[in-house]
Amino acid sequence: MNNKPFEPTCPLPLSTKKTIQLAHGGGGRLMQELIQKVFVQAFHNPMLESLHDGATWPVEKGTLAFTTDSYVVRPLFFPGGDIGSLAVNGTINDLAMCGAKPLYLSAGFILEEGLSMEVLQRVVNSMAEAARTAGVPIVTGDTKVVDRGKGDGIFINTSGVGLVPNGVRVLPTLIQPGDAILVSGDLGSHGVAVLSVREGLTFDGNVESDSAPLHRIVADLIDSGIEIHCLRDLTRGGLASVLNELAAAAKVGTMVEEPAIPVSEPVRGACELLGLDPLYVANEGRFVAIVPESQVEAALAVMHRHQAANQAAQIGIVTERDPSMVILRTVVGTHRVLDLLSGEQLPRIC
Amino acid sequence: MKYVDEFRDRAVATALAERIKQTVQRPWTIMEVCGGQTHSIVRFGLDSLLPKDLTLVHGPGCPVCVTSVSLIDQAVCLASLPNVIFCSFGDMLRVPGSRGDLFGVKAAGGDVRIIYSPLDALELARKHLDREVVCFAVGFETTAPAWAMAVTQAKQLGVTNFSLLIAHVLVPPAMEAILSSPQNRIQGFLAAGHVCTVMGYEEYEAIAQKYRVPIVVTGFEPLDVLEGVSMLVSQLEEGRVEVENQYVRSVSREGNRPARTLVDEVFEPAPRIWRGIGEIPASGLRLKSAYGAYDAEVKFQRELVQLSVGIEDPECQSGLVLQGLLKPMDCSAFGTRCTPEQPLGAPMVSSEGACAAYYRYRGHVKCEK
Repeated sequence: MNNKPFEPTCPLPLSTKKTIQLAHGGGGRLMQELIQKVFVQAFHNPMLESLHDGATWPVEKGTLAFTTDSYVVRPLFFPGGDIGSLAVNGTINDLAMCGAKPLYLSAGFILEEGLSMEVLQRVVNSMAEAARTAGVPIVTGDTKVVDRGKGDGIFINTSGVGLVPNGVRVLPTLIQPGDAILVSGDLGSHGVAVLSVREGLTFDGNVESDSAPLHRIVADLIDSGIEIHCLRDLTRGGLASVLNELAAAAKVGTMVEEPAIPVSEPVRGACELLGLDPLYVANEGRFVAIVPESQVEAALAVMHRHQAANQAAQIGIVTERDPSMVILRTVVGTHRVLDLLSGEQLPRIC
Repeated sequence: MKYVDEFRDRAVATALAERIKQTVQRPWTIMEVCGGQTHSIVRFGLDSLLPKDLTLVHGPGCPVCVTSVSLIDQAVCLASLPNVIFCSFGDMLRVPGSRGDLFGVKAAGGDVRIIYSPLDALELARKHLDREVVCFAVGFETTAPAWAMAVTQAKQLGVTNFSLLIAHVLVPPAMEAILSSPQNRIQGFLAAGHVCTVMGYEEYEAIAQKYRVPIVVTGFEPLDVLEGVSMLVSQLEEGRVEVENQYVRSVSREGNRPARTLVDEVFEPAPRIWRGIGEIPASGLRLKSAYGAYDAEVKFQRELVQLSVGIEDPECQSGLVLQGLLKPMDCSAFGTRCTPEQPLGAPMVSSEGACAAYYRYRGHVKCEK
């Protein structure tokens, strides 16, 4: 028998629930607990703490940017990041690629019944940390809980609003033949890092995800007076897919030099082994910048000031010929098409 | 990166290409056997470095492409069974049978998993003792030792919920089938480096002499392929008929003895139907009777017996492509009625398939060089 005095309350305080239950999304006490003790505590800022149906703020004159992205990643934690930091950085990066200064984020959670509270707390803490590091607060949110087996632990949607500074226009249609194609760093780390933990593969030189916010690099480029024609972050589908999208949107050709494309040794090794092409592997902290040729040196100098872009390099040029196509000059000096993938890259047999 | 960059050196590639141009005096038609070599040729544009008189023909060495429609149908049937975890290498999932592909089974709720190693599948069987783990054992001689290892370990460990649907094929009988065809135009072979890493190349010496055809065991990097071509055209121009080894860093004449012993312990040759080509005697592998308990075709014969014979899409000309009689881009369906999204046959979806290589690296839209 325990000697604790009788208390007329539930012996198990709500906050000690070890797993997510359907009631955490039910609108009642458990949900309030979850919002207060997990989300508000981690993301705390005055706009969120008003606990209104939405966040409000006065608008400056100018152009707004608005974006949304959903995050489903297995496993939730991987070397160099997790679904939480990914969900914050990814949406910040989408705003940055519009030339915008990210202002505020929203966070929508779809939680699976039975998810460990400790896992949720780790993810939320990671989001809070990423938002603080980036200086972009999470000001509104939503939570739903789905039956066990109907989700994959946690799905997160983040939306973001940003302000495009006056005079800044960053659009695929501004891409011109003769422009230079810059990439902000080495490719494929995120995809290989996630694959390595998902499949239990181990590679020499521990590959970590490149997940990082890119808005400060973009702001620095803009503030330094670099003329930017287009920016695009490299996510799923990798460099090859982005170049194809841009070539098609701008109706121009692109010529890329394979030897100039930065790929780290461990990522190259892993890709060689698995039969994957690093040019199609996912990134979460890399972008392509298309700038006039005259701006290359200055743009690279700015990018090199930032850790997440210290390996930035020119990898190719925009051409008039072969419109809507990406041509790769291979390491042996021949040419081939760099096409969009059909479906996922699949590991090969031998 | 070591073992990669030195075999992709532009200056050496140019020098080798020049040497080939100097050597070639007459028109020759040669075949690279392995789909990995085909991809290297197309990915690095190596054919554009070669003289016009030298025709490269892509061979049948893509295990995914040559797996018969009936076997794919069997895989789809087994993968759809409620108590089965069906394991396959990633390449196989997109290949269409006559009743859909394995991705379709997965989407419909089947438990289809991509594995990287046969031993991973065995581990899965040990973790899920209440379910049947069935593996699509696909490949040439290169992957056979790994499957043999998995089966011997299963036997040692007493694992009984593990079986293989075997689609294994052998290279030498396929080469002989091509050489014996009245339509044959192949005058020399680049043999598959990784198959020979396991098997060595003694068995190719008899083929070379019987059909008076030079063979060079060749690797997969650009410089490997170019050096292999250079060695082969030298033989052709000099009228020599030998088996030479370009891939010395990996291949010895006797191959990998322990791996061969393991394969001989577990498997025996069997007739095999090659997709688009037909049956070739003793061109496949089956489990020896001592390991018959691990044969999915036996274990699930009640489920499989109801399947009708799989029918190839009549428009698909992959048989001609796999025998080197048709270039992918010369197929009337290429890039129009047959694409990686809507394939008529396996060579359009396998990572080693010739049609996929052309579609991906040459583009379906004509581009200027």
